Amino acid sequence: MAMSDKPDFTLAELMIVAASEAWRGNGEVLASGLGIIPRLGASLAKLTHSPELLMTDSEAFLVEEPIPVGPRGDFVPRYAGYMSFERVFECVWGGRRHAMIGPTQIDRWAQTNLSVIGDYRKPKSAILGVRGLPGNSINHINSFFVPSHSPRVFVAGEVDMVSGVGFKPERWDDGVRRDLMQVCIVLTDLCVMDFGGPGRAARVRSLHPGVSFEEVQEKTGFPLLKAEDMGETPHPTAAQLDIIRRLDPHDLRATQLKGNPPGIRAA
Amino acid sequence: MNKQMTAAEVVAQLRDGMTVGFGGWGPRRKPMALVREILRSDLKDLTVVAYGGPEVGMLCAAGKVKKLVFGFATLDAIPLEPWYRKVRESGALELMELDEGMFQWGLRAAGMRLPFLPTRCGLATDIVKLNPELQTVRSPYADGEVLLAMPALKLDVALLHVNVADRLGNTLVTGPDPYFDHLFARAAERCFVSTERLEPRLELDAQQARFNTFERYLVSGVVDAPCGAHPTSCPSDYGWDMTHFKRYAASAAEDGGWQAYMDEFVRPGEAAYQDRNGGTARMGSLPLPVF
Repeated sequence: MAMSDKPDFTLAELMIVAASEAWRGNGEVLASGLGIIPRLGASLAKLTHSPELLMTDSEAFLVEEPIPVGPRGDFVPRYAGYMSFERVFECVWGGRRHAMIGPTQIDRWAQTNLSVIGDYRKPKSAILGVRGLPGNSINHINSFFVPSHSPRVFVAGEVDMVSGVGFKPERWDDGVRRDLMQVCIVLTDLCVMDFGGPGRAARVRSLHPGVSFEEVQEKTGFPLLKAEDMGETPHPTAAQLDIIRRLDPHDLRATQLKGNPPGIRAA
Repeated sequence: MNKQMTAAEVVAQLRDGMTVGFGGWGPRRKPMALVREILRSDLKDLTVVAYGGPEVGMLCAAGKVKKLVFGFATLDAIPLEPWYRKVRESGALELMELDEGMFQWGLRAAGMRLPFLPTRCGLATDIVKLNPELQTVRSPYADGEVLLAMPALKLDVALLHVNVADRLGNTLVTGPDPYFDHLFARAAERCFVSTERLEPRLELDAQQARFNTFERYLVSGVVDAPCGAHPTSCPSDYGWDMTHFKRYAASAAEDGGWQAYMDEFVRPGEAAYQDRNGGTARMGSLPLPVF
């Protein structure tokens, strides 16, 4: 470990901190991080800048103290309320949620796919099914997590099966409310992006240490803009790393990215 | 009043081409003893309506499914349901793929004897393109909003698995989440329930009685089926069986894998099934998953 004010960190830890920023300023909403890095990000947000967030035990109960990931050992969850799947839908349809999920494909209109790759009737690959994406995407804030940034995820055309709504005007019939949906960030192993450019164009907000804009563009199937203040993704602080270690005592975060790369790329 | 039946008597009530809903969620509290009885039968051309877990994969593998009404199929710990995948990729299934929330909305409409319920879910996605039967409605009020009219998902039969039941059809679901079993029960012409423990008549205190999630008038038959959710979990009684899931998942990658699975686990009957999974003592004490 280096000097305490400049700690070593992994890319996964950098991404957990970047994920936590997605929930800043959301107010009292249900923070749902699906997968280890998004879930640790939501937990870190609640334990640092946004204690007002609601979280569950990833099963059916609300907790005020985020639950560590993996085997719990001596940790005994304490519940503050109840959130069955039925109540999750009530929450979703009321718009009081921000979920971060990992779609299989994302296109230039922020549309997402979790259903199939290839032809719908006879797909090359059947994935999970649309799950809650149609309802989540049209009702509340969503962020996306992509562990391996590539043109196979960020496709050149439209996603193969539009499971989550996006900003493509032709998809929206007259009279349908478009104002309830919101896309926050897209967090990848290379950068943080959003859809805040002109006409909802995708843009890079920050690059992870050692990553160039050109590399991100090369691994993305559609054109990207640079945010005016595009900089480097913030490094985790020692205090943030302490909390992450407490939330992930079995170091499951080390298994989330191929090769568990360091946070700062070797030159 | 005694609604007790055997699994075989339940399956004898089913007909080719019926629309059958399965309770539970993914690999959680699925009526697997009843599913295995269907696998042993010559039923075919079913429309299966489910938050899909291994029941979807197994019924697909066995060629029982004409149409699948679903939002996903998964074993959670093994994210991609192996047999659903294989059969889905062969192009053999008719599909009605729905958002998870639309799905329960359709069950709710059926239970309330409504033709549809309005929702925003599914609009502006391929759900509306790929299911041309889905229509929109315009709000008759000043807002004039266009909404999707989720049609009632009417079931001929719902099959559920619960922790406790009595012969009258009273049921308890003691796990932390009741999922949507109550909506399946309401959406169906007839509902059959298998149970971990069958009692002559429930006599509960007020706290226990709150685990009852739907009324007995919805229940046509009750089957005594200890470990009847295996290999899926049955919270608060036992967790899912990863060893069995791995064996099942491997069968999808083997030549003749499904026939081998059927021969090993399904055809010999429920008693042999329990023996081959270490007996009810092991099955009933599998640890609950930690999420």
